[in-house]
Amino acid sequence: MPRRKGAPEVNAGSMADIAFLLLIFFLVTTTIETDAGLDRMLPPIEPPDTDVIIKQKNIFTVNINKNGQLLVEDNLMNLKDLRKAAMGFLENNADGTCTYCKGKKEQSSSDNPTKAIISLKNDRETKYSTYITVQNELVGAYNDLRNRESQRLYGRDFTKMEAEYLNPETPSSVRDDLKDKVKRIQDMFPQKLSEAETSTN
Amino acid sequence: MAKFTKKKDGDLPAVSTASLPDIVFMLLFFFMTVTTMKDSSLMVENTLPNASEVKKLEKKDRVIYIYVGVPTQEYQKVFGSEPKIQLNDKFANVDEVGTFILAERAKKPQELQNVLTTALKVDKNANMGLITDIKQELRKVNALKVNYTTYEGDAFNNLQ
Repeated sequence: MPRRKGAPEVNAGSMADIAFLLLIFFLVTTTIETDAGLDRMLPPIEPPDTDVIIKQKNIFTVNINKNGQLLVEDNLMNLKDLRKAAMGFLENNADGTCTYCKGKKEQSSSDNPTKAIISLKNDRETKYSTYITVQNELVGAYNDLRNRESQRLYGRDFTKMEAEYLNPETPSSVRDDLKDKVKRIQDMFPQKLSEAETSTN
Repeated sequence: MAKFTKKKDGDLPAVSTASLPDIVFMLLFFFMTVTTMKDSSLMVENTLPNASEVKKLEKKDRVIYIYVGVPTQEYQKVFGSEPKIQLNDKFANVDEVGTFILAERAKKPQELQNVLTTALKVDKNANMGLITDIKQELRKVNALKVNYTTYEGDAFNNLQ
């Protein structure tokens, strides 16, 4: 018996229906996760055994009131200027021990980056979005300084290096290499951001 | 005229739908890959604020989520319109946060229990008072690593 022209076509008409069904299921259940944010460490609840005496000039106080206004070192400040002010404070370098700082060396401001502490206080009625913006600017101040030093030493941004270091898909050989670099930059500008308990008045 | 009549009695050629499954499958695979199943449905408004200096939260198994915000429309009659805390699938008070964290921590494998992060997904219109209380509770149970989950964007958009 002579063969027919070719194999008979499989009717694929219902394939689309099945695929659509699955598609719609996944469409409905999908939430594209927002899995990024600002990492912070809270202070431990038990007070340290020994009282550490910190000079007033090494503390950069940032107060947010309930209307979202900023009081920085007892002066009203616009949120847009906060990052610059924080950077100026961090690398002020009053005692001259920090060789990579470009600060003004004012005696009334911080001694060196390892001693500089930023203290953030907020009112109970402060809006969360304002708080996050302030946090973002302060973290940004640290990141800007770290990026600058990282560019000078390694020719790339600190934030990119850190992201690559933290990414679990990075091969371990690369990660070991990054670890020292990340650590070194972090030690240059240690992030000391204290969140004191909220003032009630 | 002949031309027209010819077309009329000839059947319209069927549009080939053979490639339709391919297109749909392509879409399907896209959604399958980006999908993460929701483990709890949101009962609060949750518009996160923007921030630019964000870090990615790697390793989902090490994260405990706490949601804060105004209850959504359907729950407002019962729970009012003040921001509330949502833990898993129910509303909770501030003093339940500590026990929740301890319970969640106990569920995780031993080696992860010390490296857990608490992700705070807080609506941008919430007040800091509630957040401060939560932070205080977290400190009590020694869950010190927190992540303020945000969208990526210009932080100054928050102020408008």
